[in-house]
Amino acid sequence: MTRTTRRYVEWTIERALFACAVGSVLVTAGIIGVLLFETVAFLREVPIGSFLFGTVWTPLFSDAQFGVLPLVGGTILVSAIAMAVAVPAGLLSAIYLSEYANPRVRRVVKPVLEVLAGVPTVVYGYFALLFVTPLLQTFLPSLSSFNALSPGLVMGIMILPLVSSLSEDALHAVPNGLREGAYALGATRMQAALRVVVPAALSGISASFILAMSRAIGETMIVAIAAGQQPRLTANPLVPVETMTAYIVQISMGDTPAGSIGYRTIFAVGMLLFVMTFVLNLASDWLRRRFREVYA
Amino acid sequence: MTAGARRLAGDRLLQTLSILVLALSLVALMTLLYDVWSDGWQRLDWRFLTSNPSRRAAAAGIYPALVGSFYVLLVTAALSLPLGIGAAVYLEEYGGGGRWARLIEINIANLAGVPSIIYGLLGLSVFVRVFGWGPSVLAGGATLALLALPVVILSTREALRTVPMSAREGSYALGATQWQTIWHQVLPSAFPGILTGLILAMSRAIGETAPLITIGALAYIDFTPTSVMSPFTVLPIQVYNWVSRPQAAFAENAAAGIIVLLVLLLTLNSVAVVLRDRIQKARA
Repeated sequence: MTRTTRRYVEWTIERALFACAVGSVLVTAGIIGVLLFETVAFLREVPIGSFLFGTVWTPLFSDAQFGVLPLVGGTILVSAIAMAVAVPAGLLSAIYLSEYANPRVRRVVKPVLEVLAGVPTVVYGYFALLFVTPLLQTFLPSLSSFNALSPGLVMGIMILPLVSSLSEDALHAVPNGLREGAYALGATRMQAALRVVVPAALSGISASFILAMSRAIGETMIVAIAAGQQPRLTANPLVPVETMTAYIVQISMGDTPAGSIGYRTIFAVGMLLFVMTFVLNLASDWLRRRFREVYA
Repeated sequence: MTAGARRLAGDRLLQTLSILVLALSLVALMTLLYDVWSDGWQRLDWRFLTSNPSRRAAAAGIYPALVGSFYVLLVTAALSLPLGIGAAVYLEEYGGGGRWARLIEINIANLAGVPSIIYGLLGLSVFVRVFGWGPSVLAGGATLALLALPVVILSTREALRTVPMSAREGSYALGATQWQTIWHQVLPSAFPGILTGLILAMSRAIGETAPLITIGALAYIDFTPTSVMSPFTVLPIQVYNWVSRPQAAFAENAAAGIIVLLVLLLTLNSVAVVLRDRIQKARA
């Protein structure tokens, strides 16, 4: 190969690799484009006010109403239950792993948490519907067989590893000098952890909470299986609800022709879901970066 | 109790509490595995693996779903590997902090946080409708490839970063061009790390349900896909289909399907772990 062909080959390869990298930007552009296109078509038929603030969601009825709040409410209810499990449990695990555990315990515990994070969500859905719900019904006879409580609890277990590993990273990044200072003043490990290390790592820890919230909102199969398919604006965790993701699954399993208003609803709901998770991800990223600047 | 004793008691309380929480999550995992196993193990036999689904729960099997999962995974791997590795090589070896590189990096980090069902909507609109592929193996595999792309890129970059600079410099000193250096030095020595990341990405793809339901993968299929344009189902969708039926017999089928799915995942992950260990040993 002569020198010029060699150079030409090098140039071509670099361009090709660059094209691969730009491909990832096209994916984002595709997502936003598709969601926008269908959502705009949807909003031409349904005013945006009655979509965002309406409280009745019956898109497939002959008297169709497109108030998305019941779906948003169901999503937030289940996610809140999941956070109520994952935040305290994840933070405690992180404190233990970072401040108390010796390396050998860490080597055993961390893979177990990784396994929890790697279990397919359809498996968690099975567990919520056929194990957790019947178990809870023995204490709570009024619990219906589809409800927000059981998938919420199971989802909490699912996102626990996310909270604990990101919070542990944040705790780990706190300089040892701060801990040693606390010990020198006579603090116990608990006092050093709760009054010095956790406050110092707070923005990193909050970043992990927000990211977990975003994951909970976007989670699909657990709620599609165990929460039911009844859009209902309620704070009662014992009755069936429907989340935004579960609605998309419900329509996809059915036979809704492309271009119909029912078909467009899943893109409008998807757009809302995308915006919600995107804002949460940005907030989490911003907090994490701020944290890194402090201890750079 | 003196103040000192109280402080120590508090310390012990926090420690006990956190151990309890960790133990509980371990118990939850064990309970899940035990519950699935005890529900499903009687249904597991050769016929279950090689039969078509059926209206009668006792005769139903997962053969089309198993084959479908395999084909979809092949398409996913074939599409996401070259794209992902190419992007990672560009960002690590060429990009060098330019404005484009930064934009692409931010973009990849954001993509990793997009809910998987949104990828399903993208696949439905672009692959199924605009490209006219229908709810086929190709459309499903392409959708999952987009989903796996950020994971592949991130793990490949991680692997490329472990290759010491001196390996590149040695190659340049012998007169190699940049691509020759990457192809003959960097990629081979990063290969095990890249492979580990790829296996983990594929093991995540194999458990994905929501995006494939969204693109319209069928829940009931009694034939195996014959080409990339065939309609298909995958193992998690078959499980979902059985879970959502009220009869207890179908729940047993779902549990048996889950066992097969978990065994597949375990196998993939063990291969990844063994590879990772081998790399670490080779480095030590």
